[in-house]
Amino acid sequence: MEKSVKLSCRHVWKLFGHGAKEFLAKSGDVPSLQELQNADLIGAVRDANIEVLEGEIFVIMGLSGSGKSTLVRCLSRLVEPTAGELLFEGVDLRKMSERELIEIRRHKLGMVFQHFALLPHLTVLDNVAFPLDVQGLDKASCEAKARQVIDLVGLSGRELNYPRELSGGQQQRVGIARSLAVEPELWFLDEPFSALDPLIRREMQDEFLRLQSMLHKTIVFITHDFDEAIRLADRIAIMKDGEIIQIATPEELVMNPATDYVGEFTKHIPRAKVLTVGSVMSKEIIEGTETVSVSARIEEIADKVESAGKPMSVVDADGKPVGSIRPSTIIDVLVGRKVIS
Amino acid sequence: MIQKAGRLFSRTSIVWFALLLITWLLSTYSRDMSKALEAKWITRFPAGWRLSLKNDISAAMKWLVEEADFGLFTFREATRGLAWLIEQPYNLVLSVLSSGFMEGQGSGAVQILPPLSWIAVTAIVIAAGHFAKDWKLALLMGLAFLYLAVFGQWDSAMVTLASIIIAVPFGVAGGLLLGIAAYRWNWFDQALKPILDLMQTIPVFAYLVPILFLFGFGPVSALVATIIYAMPPMVRITTLALRAVPDEIGDFGVMSGCTQRQLMWKVLVPTAKPDLMVGVNQVIMLSLNMVIIASMIGAGGLGFDVLASLRRLDIGAGLEAGIAIVVLAVALDRLSQAFAQPRQSGEERRRSESFLKRYPRTLFVLVLSIACLAAGYFFAFIQSYPEALQVTTGTFWDELVKSININYFDDLEAVKSFMLSTFMLPVKRFLGGIPWAWGWFLIAAAGWYFGGWRLSLLCALLAFFVIANGLWAKAMVTVYLCGVSVVIATIIGIPIGLFSALNERADRIVGVIIDTLQTLPSFVYLIPVVMLFRVGDFSAMIAVVLYALAPAIRYAAHGIKTVDPQLIEAGIVSGCTKRQLLWRIRAPLALPEIMLGINQTIMLALSMLVITALVGTRDLGQEVYIALTKADIGRGIVAGLAIAAIAIIADRMIAASAKSMRKRYGLA
Repeated sequence: MEKSVKLSCRHVWKLFGHGAKEFLAKSGDVPSLQELQNADLIGAVRDANIEVLEGEIFVIMGLSGSGKSTLVRCLSRLVEPTAGELLFEGVDLRKMSERELIEIRRHKLGMVFQHFALLPHLTVLDNVAFPLDVQGLDKASCEAKARQVIDLVGLSGRELNYPRELSGGQQQRVGIARSLAVEPELWFLDEPFSALDPLIRREMQDEFLRLQSMLHKTIVFITHDFDEAIRLADRIAIMKDGEIIQIATPEELVMNPATDYVGEFTKHIPRAKVLTVGSVMSKEIIEGTETVSVSARIEEIADKVESAGKPMSVVDADGKPVGSIRPSTIIDVLVGRKVIS
Repeated sequence: MIQKAGRLFSRTSIVWFALLLITWLLSTYSRDMSKALEAKWITRFPAGWRLSLKNDISAAMKWLVEEADFGLFTFREATRGLAWLIEQPYNLVLSVLSSGFMEGQGSGAVQILPPLSWIAVTAIVIAAGHFAKDWKLALLMGLAFLYLAVFGQWDSAMVTLASIIIAVPFGVAGGLLLGIAAYRWNWFDQALKPILDLMQTIPVFAYLVPILFLFGFGPVSALVATIIYAMPPMVRITTLALRAVPDEIGDFGVMSGCTQRQLMWKVLVPTAKPDLMVGVNQVIMLSLNMVIIASMIGAGGLGFDVLASLRRLDIGAGLEAGIAIVVLAVALDRLSQAFAQPRQSGEERRRSESFLKRYPRTLFVLVLSIACLAAGYFFAFIQSYPEALQVTTGTFWDELVKSININYFDDLEAVKSFMLSTFMLPVKRFLGGIPWAWGWFLIAAAGWYFGGWRLSLLCALLAFFVIANGLWAKAMVTVYLCGVSVVIATIIGIPIGLFSALNERADRIVGVIIDTLQTLPSFVYLIPVVMLFRVGDFSAMIAVVLYALAPAIRYAAHGIKTVDPQLIEAGIVSGCTKRQLLWRIRAPLALPEIMLGINQTIMLALSMLVITALVGTRDLGQEVYIALTKADIGRGIVAGLAIAAIAIIADRMIAASAKSMRKRYGLA
């Protein structure tokens, strides 16, 4: 089943500095980092091309200064890109009038912020109801809808507290609830868990996956944490110096990093958690009563294959054998040796 | 050591020494020189070259008021309309608090409804205190207003309170709108900045005259002056507070689909509210500071009482009214600060749904006020505090002053004449003797030394303004009084600041004293000083020192306290003694901060100097004051601008040197 493209961004540039627009128009094709430097410009986002598919979690990962925050702000039109096209459901966001943009934001977009961005003077309930209130919805339906999403993120009972009375994790739950209140079709999360401590962060990631399994939103998720990206993403875009270096599924990234830079990140990732049987099995088809699924992660089937002590048959979703996997391959993956399949 | 000696005789220090020597020679002999050479221009700016700015301003003002016409309405109608707009709410509040509602005109007026009784007003402020914070604040509010009643200041205090209640919302709303405009449009911000700078350096007296001209003598004029005086800090704080709202919050507002207006009023302004409340507090305090000055152009109340008793040298009455202003100031300051703090949690706020439980204080106050109103018809003591129970300390103060003057007259006189003859007068003579041309050159040179040619040009232009308007001599008296006071304030203030930074208990005590000093309206300082030393330069100096002391202490303490603790530890590890820690590490690193404190001290001293003109100084302040009494607009404004020029020159030079110092220490 081919998924439709929800948001696509083509040749998007964001340059900071004097005369950026003229410079881009003049240089025509893709100017290099050096050329930008000579023109006294800072290339926060350089020639970004992304297609976010309906219902997927698209993670943009990069270290600080890589331009990921600027890119997401370009996508959400918080920052005016210097050049490029932004198509949301096939319509160019950059050509919209102020009024149309406001309408789209009110009904189709939601955003979660790194430092929560809760309004300090409003209670949890009023914070969550705020985007609805801005639309001009009547008070009763605002409140009813807000209670519903507060319940969804598990904050029932705290409706009348102020943000300052909540912990960091709880505050971000409010932020999430607030962004979901308008039932957005496209959901931006800008480093939503970076300001939380590691234990809470994990808990919130699980919570996020739980919500997504219920809601099936189209998501653009920003993070500087590669583990988080691997954990959550359907696809990952890796950014460096304003440029997207590679867009791939977590598995592809681990198996085939495009550059040494990407390799640096993937090196430390426990591969058993990322790789599926299909990516390391041999094509040799064998018979056997005990089978493993082609889409299972190595981590899940390691015990089973090892204790069997002999190659095991790999089957697809219909139960048809597609290959086999040896215990030694499992060990190769676990200790990080190169896998020869 | 060698290096140090080398620096002692470096080229710059030789140049400075030479300049000083030339200045001294010129100062001492220029008068004789001008006589010998028959060249009067040496000591006095030639009359033929003088600018006629004074007269031009007066003429322009006259044209504005008498002839200016914008087609639909004349200028005069515009000012009348504005006055009417302010007068309506003021009359209402005044009726409620003080005069009651009247029917009919003039002496035939009949009171149809009395004002709120003193019991009701006190109950309201107690309720406000409890609502804003706790019972402690409620108690403070109650005691403050009881004080006003018991000491017979009630009626005047209510008139003053009415003017504050009107001036503050106007000042806050105006400041908020201007501040928002400056936040939204950069060009507006750029245009507004120099105006705000000028508004904060030009003495109030200077714009009293044009206001008097436009609005006439009366409470409305006083209100307009108060609002203009109290607004600038609100503008600045609004812009700063909006800029300090985290970017993410603004982004969130945009992403929720807010329109520009929703973004401003539903997101940015509420988020900035705690900071904005600091501005509201400032407006309240500045309005109170204006109470006495505003009474010069027609405000009644406590300010008028102080001014009137000061004029007839009735120390006791003046002091009592002055203390009443202080009491009012402290109460309103604490109350507005409490309102700035975030209060109860949301649960508390909404749990109880019935009207009675949700608004217990409002209801109680309402019932009490009506009860007092009814009972007031039968029992006079409920309507107004009985005179028989009033206490006055006026005679006590009079007696005290008398006895001090009888018993310690010689000692006080000795101190005064010692200070005058050994310190103040020589400085006055030295500064006063400097010929204008040389002074002009020195100012430009100093500007160049501290901040390059730009600063030099600015200083030269400002100095030229003073000189060309024939105010050089008076300006030098201002510089002398200000300089002497600042030196003394620094000598007293910085050691106190250093000490309190290093000693926690002292810090707490000093903190309370400074807070109180800063809530006092500037006028109040004059009262005890005049009591003890009568009029003259010395009294002026003491009042200025008292008023301007606070920033010297505060900045010194703050500078020492904020020195990076790692540097202190590095010093300790290197084996510094306590003394070495202070002189080698803390003091030098705190120096830029201390400079800023001196800068603030100078600004406060200049603003106080104008007020001390009332006790007989012969400086620019006196010039402004004379203009006020003669209603000479041009003269007042020009002298006011001259004071502002001095303030700006001092401010820019000190700021420039503090900046280069920070750079040298790598603190910037």
